[in-house]
This record gives sequence, structure tokens and C-alpha cells, in this order.
Amino acid sequence: MPLRIGIPRALLYYYYYPMWKGFFKALGAEVVVSSRTTKDILDKGVKQAVDEACLPVKLFFGHVLDLKDKVDYLFVPRMVSVEHKAYICPKFLGLPDMVRHNIADLPPVIDVTVNMSRNEKNLYRAFAEAGKVLTANPLALRKAYKAGLKEQERFERFNQLGFLPHESIEQMEEGLAARNFSPGQPQNMTIALIGHGYNIFDTYISMNLIGKLRDMGIRVVTADNLTGDIIEERSNELPKRLFWTLGKRMIGSAFHYMRLDSIDGIIHVASFGCGPDSFTGEIIERHLRRRGNLPLLNLTIDEHSGEAGIVTRLEAFVDMIQWRRAAQ
Amino acid sequence: MKVTFPHMGSMYICLKALLQYLDIDVVVPPMPSKRTLTLGTQHSPEFACLPLKINMGNFIEAYEQGADTIIMAGGVGPCRFGYYAQVQREILHDLGYNMQMIILEPPQKHISELIVKIRQITGERSWLDIIRAIRFAWYKARAVDEVERIIHRVRPRELEPGRADEVFKKALGWIDGAENKKQLDDAVKKAKCSLVRIPVDNSRNPVRIGIVGEIYVMLEPFANLEIERHLGRLGVEVERSIYLSEWINDHLFMGLLRIKGSKAAREYAPPYVNHFVGGHGQETIGSTVLFARERYDGVIQVQPFTCMPEIVAESILPTVSRDYGIPTFCLIVDEHSGDAGVLTRLEAFVDLLQRKKETVAEGAEKKGVLQCADI
Repeated sequence: MPLRIGIPRALLYYYYYPMWKGFFKALGAEVVVSSRTTKDILDKGVKQAVDEACLPVKLFFGHVLDLKDKVDYLFVPRMVSVEHKAYICPKFLGLPDMVRHNIADLPPVIDVTVNMSRNEKNLYRAFAEAGKVLTANPLALRKAYKAGLKEQERFERFNQLGFLPHESIEQMEEGLAARNFSPGQPQNMTIALIGHGYNIFDTYISMNLIGKLRDMGIRVVTADNLTGDIIEERSNELPKRLFWTLGKRMIGSAFHYMRLDSIDGIIHVASFGCGPDSFTGEIIERHLRRRGNLPLLNLTIDEHSGEAGIVTRLEAFVDMIQWRRAAQ
Repeated sequence: MKVTFPHMGSMYICLKALLQYLDIDVVVPPMPSKRTLTLGTQHSPEFACLPLKINMGNFIEAYEQGADTIIMAGGVGPCRFGYYAQVQREILHDLGYNMQMIILEPPQKHISELIVKIRQITGERSWLDIIRAIRFAWYKARAVDEVERIIHRVRPRELEPGRADEVFKKALGWIDGAENKKQLDDAVKKAKCSLVRIPVDNSRNPVRIGIVGEIYVMLEPFANLEIERHLGRLGVEVERSIYLSEWINDHLFMGLLRIKGSKAAREYAPPYVNHFVGGHGQETIGSTVLFARERYDGVIQVQPFTCMPEIVAESILPTVSRDYGIPTFCLIVDEHSGDAGVLTRLEAFVDLLQRKKETVAEGAEKKGVLQCADI
């Protein structure tokens, strides 16, 4: 029986799952993903985590709890840095430690450190370390690593076609295209959704924000639909380079979208108490206000968010954009 | 050019000394007050951490007093502090305050990077003068810390509560007023003499508490609601995991001087925190282990609300508490903190420790029990 490796459907799942899955599959393991977020999963996570932790971290705990009895190994990498001189977030740096000290009876945790801040080759080292539980054959590891990278490239191509990451993952698993799904269709309104992938693509905690916008006939674009070069270039407009990779994505995409005529509004989604968001959100808001031509909606989500409140605010925002158009 | 800087505890004494030594016009912002915080909160991002808001208030109040240049520290993350100056500049820009910001980024490779930045402020002064000024400021930091250490010992033992604080306040004034090394030495001597004259009861065996956590909240009494003074009044001997001079040595001199620094604390962080997590997260855990080994009675972690590294530490602290049998308590502050509520919680924690100390003295020690007070 193949070893079962568990990957929680939370946090960086929305950025790197295809690579992780491609790697472990190539080594002959079975990859198990936790169930989709439910109230139960979130509640369990909230109970285990400290009060001050942010919503996505609490949710991660919930997904770990959901997985822990179903798998032989749990994959919780310590994602320190994925690019030169930039970090993800302090909470990601301490994530394996937080998980280990807050959840009892865990299966063995694969907590390799991914730190590409100084040297990009560290990525291979991290994968080789992670693959050790499956094989000691360096050739097989190298091959699996390549397979993982290939999957990740495929994933990013889908994203640039206009699919959103969670759709791309589904697309790669089951094939949405076969079901006549095309995301890039022109609509009469386009909104740029700026937020961490693990917040906006989780349909439960985002309260299906993307689905709701689409039901109103709105096309949704995110940072994931842009290439890394654009994000790097736009975010470099700041006088000091931002040292959070995800924050840089948000700033870069917001600065890019605010220049496009095809964008009608920007929605910034932050989770309550998110450290980097408090700064990136502020910078985006100030720059948008100085330009003064694009509406911005700031949504903060937490474990108590009521759906009705979000719907009302979305509707008001969309109505306002329509009135602006009518007035022009 | 009228230069100002943000407050952090008694750091103003060193910075003022440094700049005045070089004949630069200094505007020391008014000590942080309710007004500072209100002004800062009004213009800062809602979820930014407390230090940013107090800094913001300092800048606005300094601007009102005529300052036009701000000296601010930078950083390379992942803690938010490294980006403070950038956000603050945007805010000041939108407020229409025309202030220049000189941001001292921590030297990446060599201490000379810092000196080059200081040059930007000092202009034509000779290198020798600058180095002398830095050295003088450093002596002041050491002097403040020396007096503060004694204060921590005297507070729980003094017979008339409040005497030590009176002397401390005066001593800070003497140190601040010293214009050269000789006067500084005299000031310290004078402070020590005054402290010795305070009547104390040396037979007391006070509860000992270690304070760990986020550096700004630890060093700035306004931010931590004067936790050290309150604890002292409750008869507790307080020790802090880091002092201003150690912080300066660690961060600005890159650990050049061989004094106790945060490195020792970091070495004790594994197996609890196995990796650097930004800010002082690792040091918080490591210092707690150290305090436990030195048989302190309890540890209090202080942090500003939404502080990322401290949240990591906070979620791991219960394990340390269980393993070492040391009670811990976490105090989180933000602009809504009120001292009455905090004082009640501190009293409760100190009561628990006192009781424990008595029962342990009777020989009923318990280990392996979670003693993280959730009050």
C-alpha cells in the first residue's frame, strides 16, 4: 500500500499544491487533501489555535485536525522564503512549530524548510529532504522534483489564461474545460480582487465572494492572472522594496489594475489582524485615493463574519459603480 | 534642520546626547501621552501594531514643535517594523506635513553603512567626532540600564512605596543633563547613592517575574502601562529579558561588543521554535526557558495586538510552561488597554505565584502541569 501524505487544504495549498502533489505522486505516494472547509473544520481550528492568530492560520489548524487520522505523514513545510530577500510571513516561519505544540497525536510531520532567500537551489534541497521518507534514490528524487516543477508550470499557465487558482487545481484534477467552463469571458463589469489566495479562494471563509460577484455578472481578476514580471515591476514603484512575497503580489497587482481602463473597481480582502495586510492595504488605499478614479471596497473577514453583511456591502459597491457609469 | 525621532522608553536620552554632541538641533517629542496615542491612532492603519501608532503620534507632536526631519530605523523583515518608516512617510505626506525622513536601515554587511547614514545627518563633522558622539550615547544607554537594574531590586523591598520611582525619575534627568563622560559618571554615582539611602527590608523574599516579549512594548512604559512599576508595587522583583543597551549592541552595532545579548536567548529556543520567526519571537521562547532555569517564579509575555512573531511565541509558550513548570501570563496591549483592568489581572497572577511559592516551600512541587494563566 502506498504511503499516504496529507496536505491541508489551506494557506499555501492555493499557491503550490500542484508542485507538491506532482512531487509526491512521482515518488509513488498517495496524496490526501483535507475536505473542503466547513463550519465544523473552522470551529475545531479556532478551538485549537491561540485567539490572536489570524483566520487562515486557525483554519489551517482545522484542516490539520481533519487530516491527522487519515494519513501516514503530514506535509507542513516551513515556508520561509520563495524568492530572493523576501519572506512569506512570520506565522509561516513558525507554522510547523505552532502545529506541533498545539495539536496532540499528530502523525509524523514533514517540516522541511524552504528558504530561497539567499539561494534558489535550496528549493531542490527542501524537496529532496521531504522525499527522504519515500526513497533514498537521488535519481528518483531529481525526477520527482522535475515532475513537480512541471505541474506547477502547467498550473501557472492555467492561471494566466484567466482561471483562478482553485479552478486551475480542479481543472488539472478533473477537467473543468470538458464541462464547458471558460473563465475569461468578457462581462459588462470587471473587478480586481486583491487578497491572499487562501482567503479569497476558500469558498467558506470568503463566503463564496467570487461566486457572488460572478452571479451578478461580474468578471473577477486577481494577482494570480498576472505574470511575476508585471508584479515585480509594478511593486518596484514603491521607494523601498516590500519584503513580503504575498504583500508584494497584492501591491503589484493593485498598482497594475488601477491603471487599466477595463477595471471598474478593486476589492481588497484582508483577514482580521493580518499583519502585512494592514500595511499593504493602507498603501493601496492611499495610492488609489490620490489617483481618485477607481472605487475601492475594503472587506475584513474573520471567524464571525455574517454573510448578510458581506452581501449588502457587495451590492452597494456594485450599485455605486453602476451609478458612476450612468453619471459619466 | 530640526531633527526628531520616535520614543522608545529612555532611548531619547541616548539619541538626544548623540545629536547634541554633534551640535544638531533636536526636538525631543513630548513623552507619549493619551494625546500622542489618540493622534497616532487617528491617522494610522487600524490593524497596525501599537508602536507604529505611538510613533505616528510622536512625529505629529514633534512637527507641532517645529521639527522638520525625522530619524527612523528600518529593517529587512519579516517583522512589520522594517516597513514602518515607509507607511509613516505616506501618512505624513497625505497629512500635508512636509517632513524629511532619514531611515537608518540596519547594516547588512558592515557597520560602516550605519555611519554613512549618520553622515547624512551630521554633514561636515569629522569622523572622530561622530564616533565620539556614538560612544557617548552608548555610555548613556549603559548608565540608564545600570540604574534601572538597581531600581528593579529596590522596588519590591522599599519600606515606603514610591521612593525608588521618585529617585529613578530624578536620575533619568541627571543622566539626560550630563554633558560629558565625567558628568555622566557623577550622575550615575549620585543616582546610586540616592538609591542606597532608600530604606529597604532585605529580609523579604519577593516573587521573581521575568518579562519577555516584543521589544518596544517591553521598553516603553507608556505602551506596557508601566507594568514594571505596578509589579514592583505588588512586591515583585522584575527582570527584563533585554535592556536598551543590549538591543543597541545587537541591532545597531551588529553584536560588536561582547556583552550579553539576544544570542544566548535564541540558543535556548529549540526544540520549541526551531527557526527564526522575525522580531523577537524566538528570543521570547528562549528567554522563558532561561528564566525557568534560573528558577524565576513566573514569566509575563508582553506584546502589541496583532504582533506576528509574538503570536507564534504565544502559541508555543504553554508547552514551555508545561515542560519547565513555570507559570506564564500573556499581556496584549493596544490603544484600548486600560490600566485598571490590567492591574487586576496582574494582581491575580501575582497572587497565584505567591501561593505557589508558599506551597512549593512546603515541598509540594508539581511538574508537568500546564500553568499558563488565561486571565
